[in-house]
Amino acid sequence: MAAIETTSSAKPGAAARPNWLMRDLLGLAVILAVAAIGYFLFPNNLALLTRILGVALLVLSIDLVTGFCGVATLGHAALFGAGAYASGIAAVHFGITDPLLMVVVGAFGGAVAGVVSGAVILRGHGLAQLVLSIAVVHLFHEAANKASAYTGGSDGLSGIAPDPVFGLFAFDLWGRTAYGFAVALVVIAFVVLRLITRSPFGMLCRGIKEDPIRIRAMGASVQGTLLKMYVISGAVAGVGGALNAISTQVVGLDSLSFTLSAEALVMLVLGGTGSLYGALIGTVSFMWFEDFVSAANPFHWLTIVGALLIAVVLFAPRGLYGTALALVDRFRRTGK
Amino acid sequence: MTAVFQVQNLNKAFGGLAVTQDVSITMNPGDRVALIGPNGAGKTTFVNLVTGHLEPDSGKVLLGGNDVTSLSPTLRVRQGLVRSFQVTRLFPDMTPEEHLALAVMQRTGRTGAIFGHYQAKPDVMAEVAELLRTLGLDHIATRKVAEIAYGQQRLLEIALALALRPKVLLLDEPAAGVPQSDTPRIEAALAGLPADLAVLMIEHDMDLVFRFARRVIVLAAGAIIFDGSPADVTRDARVREAYLGSYANDRSAA
Repeated sequence: MAAIETTSSAKPGAAARPNWLMRDLLGLAVILAVAAIGYFLFPNNLALLTRILGVALLVLSIDLVTGFCGVATLGHAALFGAGAYASGIAAVHFGITDPLLMVVVGAFGGAVAGVVSGAVILRGHGLAQLVLSIAVVHLFHEAANKASAYTGGSDGLSGIAPDPVFGLFAFDLWGRTAYGFAVALVVIAFVVLRLITRSPFGMLCRGIKEDPIRIRAMGASVQGTLLKMYVISGAVAGVGGALNAISTQVVGLDSLSFTLSAEALVMLVLGGTGSLYGALIGTVSFMWFEDFVSAANPFHWLTIVGALLIAVVLFAPRGLYGTALALVDRFRRTGK
Repeated sequence: MTAVFQVQNLNKAFGGLAVTQDVSITMNPGDRVALIGPNGAGKTTFVNLVTGHLEPDSGKVLLGGNDVTSLSPTLRVRQGLVRSFQVTRLFPDMTPEEHLALAVMQRTGRTGAIFGHYQAKPDVMAEVAELLRTLGLDHIATRKVAEIAYGQQRLLEIALALALRPKVLLLDEPAAGVPQSDTPRIEAALAGLPADLAVLMIEHDMDLVFRFARRVIVLAAGAIIFDGSPADVTRDARVREAYLGSYANDRSAA
């Protein structure tokens, strides 16, 4: 938050204050309000809310490469899981139990995984790219399975005991600290990503998504730019993984699964690509709905989730956020 | 004057079919050259060879005296060889202002910055404003490109090329697809190109060629059959036969 405020006052052209800044501040206020409402409305369900926020970081990171750069991937959990395992292994085997340090380690692990998987995935286009991304997440999964001395293999990596945050806030049984920690991470990530997507680099990525040939004709490197975005995306997913490791205190192979990759992509499409807001809205709606329906109807919940997705994709192809924006836009135009 | 752009003995064959045969062109700063030729003459192949999208079988491409034959298309752009596209290639969701800001920042090596905003860079904004004014696009600077007229998109295509401050500009049919009412604006933009810029225009519209070019090169079956002044091109027997014959007949008939 502080970052946004300082840039606004430091901006030389701030005489005509850009309205995107106001919109972002408003968006941030809404995120914080929703987080607070969640805290007070579901005090017994903070573990779920924290898990949602961890996955939200993964979905944000997919939005960076898919929504902003047009790279199709069904293997992004590889970056999330790499962050989770990196911070988990750091805690269990190397005694790095400070939660902030664990997050840094997770971000680094995710970024490294981003370089590796980006270098592979970006070789292909379209369908080939999708297949490569699936292959990558399977390889990561298998590597974690085989390296059981470090990862605990299929039993998972347990015994992660993070220290109190800043030495003050211990991780409690109700998950209050974990939730607060998660909200802080998501808000910081959101603000940073908002700035990155508006930066010259972010513009270049949008250009690549719309027409890579034109970008090359401008003398810019498409592959290099995409790989850089993959690294940033990996760091964000890695933070999500680390958050998951810290809050649940275990890391399982499911954090590196194709299923998680696919579900996260579904959440992004559900919310709407290329805005970051859509990623958050999609994650919260999908995971909340999944939890709600699976409790209400344990036998047919997957069918109901599937039906909902079909409905959204058919009737709101731009996702919940994109469609809502379009409706607001239409309402304004007819209102005038 | 030193040549800014040289093509030396360029050859390219696809299988047994020679599509570029021993093509040599030398251009100086300020040149206004039109490259014409009937369909299938090898104009597109020539452009792809020059920009680096195709590799020649033999021959060289030189930019400001440097051999760029082995450089990638991207690196040739950075050395000052810029092209525009026959079919507009723009970013539909971005505004003209954003297009030009991106190009200016790319030229000045600032598109790697992950923080900051182009509107906060006074030098970028000043250059963008200047380009928008020169091409008469200032009134639509903040509209999405998908919403602006095709003629304006063509002008933006030219502005985008200029934002890269090229030494050599390849214009691929700059007026293609533009409604008749908008062609004067394109021609005005072409007339206003920087005086020291070497321009090679590939064009079908002969009226535009005769108004713009001070030198015409005719390509037929992959080889140069004429290189001279616009006044002489219609009188050249080989050109008439290969290309202008039918055109001249059409003109006299109309």
